[in-house]
Amino acid sequence: MTATPLPRLPKSPTGIKGLDDVTLGGLPAGRPTLICGGPGCGKTLLATSFLVNGAAMFDEPGVFMSFEESSADLIQNVASLGYDLAALMAAKKLAMDFVRVERSEIEESGEYDLEGLFVRLGHAIQSIGAKRVVLDTLEVLFAGLGDTAILRSELRRLFAWLKQQNVSAIITAERGSGALTRFGLEEYVSDCVLLLDNRVDEQITTRRLRIVKYRGSAHGTNEYPFLIDTRGISVLPVTSAGLAHGGSGAVVSSGIPGLNQMLGAGGFYLGTSILVSGTAGTGKTSLASHFVESVCARGERCLYFAFEESPAQIVRNMRSIGLDLQPRVDAGLLRFEAARPSLFGLEMHLARMYREIEEFAPTAVVLDPISALRGDSGDVHSMLLRVIDLLKSRGITGFLTNLLAAEGRMDHADAGVSSLMDTWISLVQLESNGERNRGLYVLKSRGMNHSNQIREYQLTSQGVHLVDAYLGSGGVLTGSARITQEALDEATARRRQLDADRRRREGERKRAALERQINDMRATLEAEEQEAHQAAEHDAELERRFQAERSAMAVQRGSKLA
Amino acid sequence: MSVSIQESLEGGEPVEEGHYNLRLYVAGQTPKSILALANLKSICEQHLAGRYRIEVIDLLEYPQLAAGDQILAVPTLVRRLPEPLKRIIGNLSDKERVLVGLDLRPGAAK
Repeated sequence: MTATPLPRLPKSPTGIKGLDDVTLGGLPAGRPTLICGGPGCGKTLLATSFLVNGAAMFDEPGVFMSFEESSADLIQNVASLGYDLAALMAAKKLAMDFVRVERSEIEESGEYDLEGLFVRLGHAIQSIGAKRVVLDTLEVLFAGLGDTAILRSELRRLFAWLKQQNVSAIITAERGSGALTRFGLEEYVSDCVLLLDNRVDEQITTRRLRIVKYRGSAHGTNEYPFLIDTRGISVLPVTSAGLAHGGSGAVVSSGIPGLNQMLGAGGFYLGTSILVSGTAGTGKTSLASHFVESVCARGERCLYFAFEESPAQIVRNMRSIGLDLQPRVDAGLLRFEAARPSLFGLEMHLARMYREIEEFAPTAVVLDPISALRGDSGDVHSMLLRVIDLLKSRGITGFLTNLLAAEGRMDHADAGVSSLMDTWISLVQLESNGERNRGLYVLKSRGMNHSNQIREYQLTSQGVHLVDAYLGSGGVLTGSARITQEALDEATARRRQLDADRRRREGERKRAALERQINDMRATLEAEEQEAHQAAEHDAELERRFQAERSAMAVQRGSKLA
Repeated sequence: MSVSIQESLEGGEPVEEGHYNLRLYVAGQTPKSILALANLKSICEQHLAGRYRIEVIDLLEYPQLAAGDQILAVPTLVRRLPEPLKRIIGNLSDKERVLVGLDLRPGAAK
């Protein structure tokens, strides 16, 4: 057998962020898809997005047949999400038909079929050359028409007919108790079934989407959280369970020179996750802001998720330590995303983060603080796991802060996420001698030889400043103890210096004295030598004279003699 | 018997008091639609002789008309006049229900 590629099921992309990922390309093209869910879980919106995106992004016109909402209502409802249905209709990219079924206005007499519906739908499809169709919500027919037997056979015919028309259709249906849909529509639409869910847990709502089945295609099987807001729907694929993140040797600065020194590599590795934990008032946000500033200073984008403070508050507070983040915000390098943790469920936060990260494409992300995320510790853990996965898979450096409830005790969030973190910096309050001092140490930092010291740091008007550690006989000291010890050490050192100076001076004096003596003696010696020389010369002179006299005398005598 | 489009069976001024303006929507000449028209004619002759008008609209030829009168099922009989608008779906074989639908049941009408 030759390895010819198997024909793949043609798909119709929804254009909804994330949904095309979990369905591996979109909904089945040319086939009907059933979307079921309880009231208010976003069925109509999902269906509308499918049509609008199809018309706007994929050049596939669509027909919206509504059984519940009038066209005018629908246009108004989705306008808040930025969908301009009227414009699409004017451009012949969208056709809408509102089918009103009112039981009280209809009398039934004898046999009938739903050919009228087929005609209307067929006419709408032909009028714009539609490739997509939405039927929202077909079940209204069950309330409007009495003869269920006719209805069921007609629905069966309808779905077969839709396939014949080769349109990608979405049929919405209400969730039934015990069954997927109240009237068993899943019986007819068997190609693809999506289930939407809107769950309330501890007063917080989370929307979830699950692909119940997708005939002829692989698909993600989990429940995926999704988000509806002013920018439409986004589904968060919680995939990337694999650990295939690349390991980069590049280093990013922490923004604090002293801290860079403590980290063997001179900073954090690019694309790793950093956790800063500490009790209240230890300066976690300040540390984060330094990091942010250093990222922005390199001209890179940073996304800051603030869960407890408003952006304006953070900017103002950071000015007090000499960091002005506002210009970075104005330059579009820094974006704050502030939301109360209780505003959504964890999954929603995750979905929101996912979307923001996708959109802003930052190189660094700050989560401040992760302890604000409430929920079951298992849920929190799994959410953080996915956040970190998300960041790592994109090579984004993550900077997370965590507020500890009590000194010296690991919080559940801490213990849970510590193994996910590449670098963990602990901020501690060192209490001694009636004062509290801030201490910082690197608890771990994977892949680098980091300092094991607890360093004292100060929040000054020029930023976070790591004080050189006092490392002496007294151990590591901080605060006034350090200052005292430093003073003490200085005094000792000065005394030693003075002693040394004195000894040196004494030595010099002795040496000078000796040299003087040597000079004296040398002078005496010279004097002696000179005297001896003179004496010798005198003797020689005398000898010469004597000889001269002798010869003179000899001459005298010789002349006499001669 | 043939079903023609907008076949007027009985003349008369539309504004006349007690005048019935009826429209029957069908989709092609199916046994159901033929039976429906026959049933309708017989009921009208019996109860509305001289004060009704029937239009038959074949949706296969005029699909754009289906949305206007909110046609879903066929055959559908629409009572356009007198107000209010009434709809009766089916082949109209249940005469009693047609009369109820048209407000023609003895005692109920007028």
